[in-house]
Amino acid sequence: MRERVGKLTASPWLYLAPAFALLGVFLLYPVTNTVYLSFFDRRSEVFVGLDNYIYLFTHPDTLVVFRNNLMWLVLFTGATVTLGLLLAVLTNLVRYEAMAKAIVFVPMAVSFTAAAVIWRFMYIYQPAEFVQTGVVNAVMVALGFDPIAWITTRSVNNFALIASGVWMWTGFALVVISAGLKGIPTEIIEAARVDGATETQIFWHVLLPMLRSVIVVVAVTLVINSLKVFDLVYVMTFGNFETDVLANRMFKEMFTFGNFGRASAVAVILLLAIVPLMALNIRRFRREQ
Amino acid sequence: MADGGAAYGAPDRPESRTQRIVRKLSRGPLHLVIIGVCLAWMTPTAGLFVSSFRTRSEIATTGWWTAFVPPLEFTLENYQHVLTARGMGQSFINSVMISVPATLFTIIVAALAAYAFSWIEFRGREALFLVVVALLVVPIQLTLIPVLRMYAGLGMTGTFPAVWLAHTAYGLPFAVFLLRNFFIALPKDLLESAYLEGASHFVAFTRIVMPLSVPALAALGIFQFLWLWNDLLVALIYLGGFRDVAPMTVTISSLVSSFGSEWHLLTSAAFVSMVLPLIVFFALQKYFVEGILAGAVKG
Amino acid sequence: MARVLYDHVWKRFGDFAALKDFNLEIEDKEFLVLVGPSGCGKSTALRLLAGLEAISEGEIYIGDDKINDVPPKDRDIAMVFQSYALYPHMTIRDNIGFGLKLRKTPKAEIAKRVEKAAEILGVESLLDRKPGQLSGGQRQRIAVARAIVREPRVFLLDEPLSNLDAKLRVNTRAEISKLHARLGTTFIYVTHDQTEAMTMATRIAVMDAGVIQQVGTPQELYDHPVNVFVAGFIGSPAMNFFSARVGETNGTLELDGASLKVSVPLDRAEELKGFVGRELLFGIRPENIHDTRYVPRGVSAAPVTVKIDVTELMGNEVFLHMLAGENKILARVDPRTELRAGDDAEVMMDLERMHVFDPDSKEVLRSGVGGAASDSDE
Ligand SMILES: Nc1ncnc2c1ncn2[C@@H]1O[C@H](COP(=O)(O)OP(=O)(O)OP(=O)(O)O)[C@@H](O)[C@H]1O
Ligand SMILES: [Mg+2]
Repeated sequence: MRERVGKLTASPWLYLAPAFALLGVFLLYPVTNTVYLSFFDRRSEVFVGLDNYIYLFTHPDTLVVFRNNLMWLVLFTGATVTLGLLLAVLTNLVRYEAMAKAIVFVPMAVSFTAAAVIWRFMYIYQPAEFVQTGVVNAVMVALGFDPIAWITTRSVNNFALIASGVWMWTGFALVVISAGLKGIPTEIIEAARVDGATETQIFWHVLLPMLRSVIVVVAVTLVINSLKVFDLVYVMTFGNFETDVLANRMFKEMFTFGNFGRASAVAVILLLAIVPLMALNIRRFRREQ
Repeated sequence: MADGGAAYGAPDRPESRTQRIVRKLSRGPLHLVIIGVCLAWMTPTAGLFVSSFRTRSEIATTGWWTAFVPPLEFTLENYQHVLTARGMGQSFINSVMISVPATLFTIIVAALAAYAFSWIEFRGREALFLVVVALLVVPIQLTLIPVLRMYAGLGMTGTFPAVWLAHTAYGLPFAVFLLRNFFIALPKDLLESAYLEGASHFVAFTRIVMPLSVPALAALGIFQFLWLWNDLLVALIYLGGFRDVAPMTVTISSLVSSFGSEWHLLTSAAFVSMVLPLIVFFALQKYFVEGILAGAVKG
Repeated sequence: MARVLYDHVWKRFGDFAALKDFNLEIEDKEFLVLVGPSGCGKSTALRLLAGLEAISEGEIYIGDDKINDVPPKDRDIAMVFQSYALYPHMTIRDNIGFGLKLRKTPKAEIAKRVEKAAEILGVESLLDRKPGQLSGGQRQRIAVARAIVREPRVFLLDEPLSNLDAKLRVNTRAEISKLHARLGTTFIYVTHDQTEAMTMATRIAVMDAGVIQQVGTPQELYDHPVNVFVAGFIGSPAMNFFSARVGETNGTLELDGASLKVSVPLDRAEELKGFVGRELLFGIRPENIHDTRYVPRGVSAAPVTVKIDVTELMGNEVFLHMLAGENKILARVDPRTELRAGDDAEVMMDLERMHVFDPDSKEVLRSGVGGAASDSDE
């Protein structure tokens, strides 16, 4: 039997309509349309089947893009989580914790664009016979090494870009993991200490397992951001010198090469890479309900 | 771990002076690491800040760290120049014009939807909310081409409403998610008591739910505002090359591509764009961090 | 005219039925208490009446109006929640006046009525504070003030006292009863505390597992429970139960249960004669078991042999925890008793007041007659 509902006086749709109209027009419809367009040519006129994808997965130019995103995914995520975890544990031990955390967190507030300027400035290179005006190369020289053109040298420039990303996001990892750390009851740590565990054993056998879910949340966020990384690359190198990434490549396909079919295919690949994480999110959400 | 001794709230017990000195010394490496990291983290921003007050020729010939050796020579000319001649002044206004309305729209639209998701029962509520959760991580790259074409068809590219609408839509999944989680945790009795006293859903929403959610709304507002203020991609695509509507991020990135080594311009321009976020950050850090923690899933 | 009628009401949550064919008529101006164990559906019954949950089947009327599809705000009902549900961001004045304001009552009128409600509950001095600045007892009063200010047709109170300490609870109980007398409005009051039910109600409805077991005045429920559940639920301390076979030896009846034996006086033999040879469930209240030396006059008592296990001295009475074979039996006896723990003794059961139940259906076969109302204690 249908329930008669005396309680409902307003239609939920009145409240949901603005949101879902916007989501429909700006997210749901465009996503499906983009998938569709990825099977068409540069002007979206001729159906080309999988040609765009085949091109992307075979052309050396774009294979570099995949390699770079993979580097970002592994190195950026790995370094940021490790640093964030380490700093969360260490700052927890000192009295100036709040200040230390704020300092590391500040870059989160500024734009990637400003950060890109900041790091281009850090990486300024002058030939060895001149005075180095960039911090990184000045330190290199002071330590007796040769200065390096960080932005243009193909063997190091991806690491340089990733380092700037790590600088921006470590604060995020630190703050979230630190909040998780505060949630661990001191009794548990004291109990371990009474049982004779050393501080190192406590870290590996008590803290780390208890922080697992927080670390997973942080890592998922970072992985998503590593796949979508755009501003830093766009401003620092525009993807030149073999530093291109998917998001920037898409921009280039659109505005430099005017190939909307390929641009759409790049976007779809980005989506496919993120779908597993989306599934993870949904599963976690349903479990929490 | 760097620390071998007192950690994690070790109990206070009386200690002699020598013991205390030994303890302080044994913690030396810990402090060294933390302070070292802090210095390393501040250096890039400090360098930018200092350089923005130095003349073009000085920046080109000496490192910024030498600026504190007398004679001290600082100038405000760079700022004057970027704000007027390079359009950063106009861009600052544009950034405000883009971020403030879009933030308000996001909050209002998201709060309405979050209310329905938490306090109105209807068929398919769960499924619809899962759509929102799924959209949390969809890269906006997937939407650029169709939306751009739509705007071009409507003649809306290069207008503020174009970015307001797009930003609002892109911000919604996160905003709805965050607010629903907050709204649904409000005591059920409060809302039911209001309904009994004659409150419609709209009254309950405006008079009970919204006032009680100020912390969440503040966290969301600050987070969203900074997010939009710092956005480059959306502005770049939908505002195109129209300089009179370009926000600061777009102006800076075009300065980089045309004046890549004019550091007196770039440093001061970048710093102009950072002033507001830094003030917001230091004044409202608590809310900002709350927004981050609540939305740790946002991509 | 604010009669309330539940007519064959069902409430289902998925497969689970929280109310099963719920029928209840509440008269105008009545103070009806819904009582039953936790989870039996009391709150659900109230919430259906308030319109906070949808009715699965059946009808509910207030006065002559069927209200199934009327939204809560138009039912003219006020409710006091267990948590009080005061709006934390409003002053007490605004809390009390909120409902009036929503009904577009003129400002002066709101002010007057808020003052009056505050005066009735003695909370005038708190009007400009916020809920967070009040004690639990004060909040409870504000919640009541907020309910009465609208002068609704029906008041619902869902365990309004359960967050108060024991002493405050006793006082507030009396005040709510006074308030009912003063307002002359229908009150429906939910509790799982049978003492509250006994002391406040004009009538009590006892519920179990979504089903109404019995409706009646406190006295009726105490004297004539219709089944084992009601008999055990009403009255404190609870009724003793034991099963025994009705036997006949040499023309006298005997109740024979395990190692418990009661000889039945001849004048009761008639009534129990029809049960001879059957295994039955017997119930007797602690106050109807007496020390042999202090049996009140006129009681037709039957002796039982017991072992005293524990004695609790309460001052004006003594609780004897006894073992009769494997049956545990509690008696509430005259304070002059000299029985002590460890004694083997004989006590007297007042057979007049013995209830007899069918062991299978648990329905009453014969009620005890007459008798004093239950004493109430915490
Ligand atoms: N929204 C719901 N969904 C599913 N089951 C529910 C819901 N609300 C109540 N129930 C179930 O209905 C039954 C009756 O609940 P109700 O709240 O009416 O009990 P109660 O008699 O008020 O108990 P208490 O004395 O503990 O307040 C319980 O078993 C409860 O689990
Ligand atoms: Mg209840």
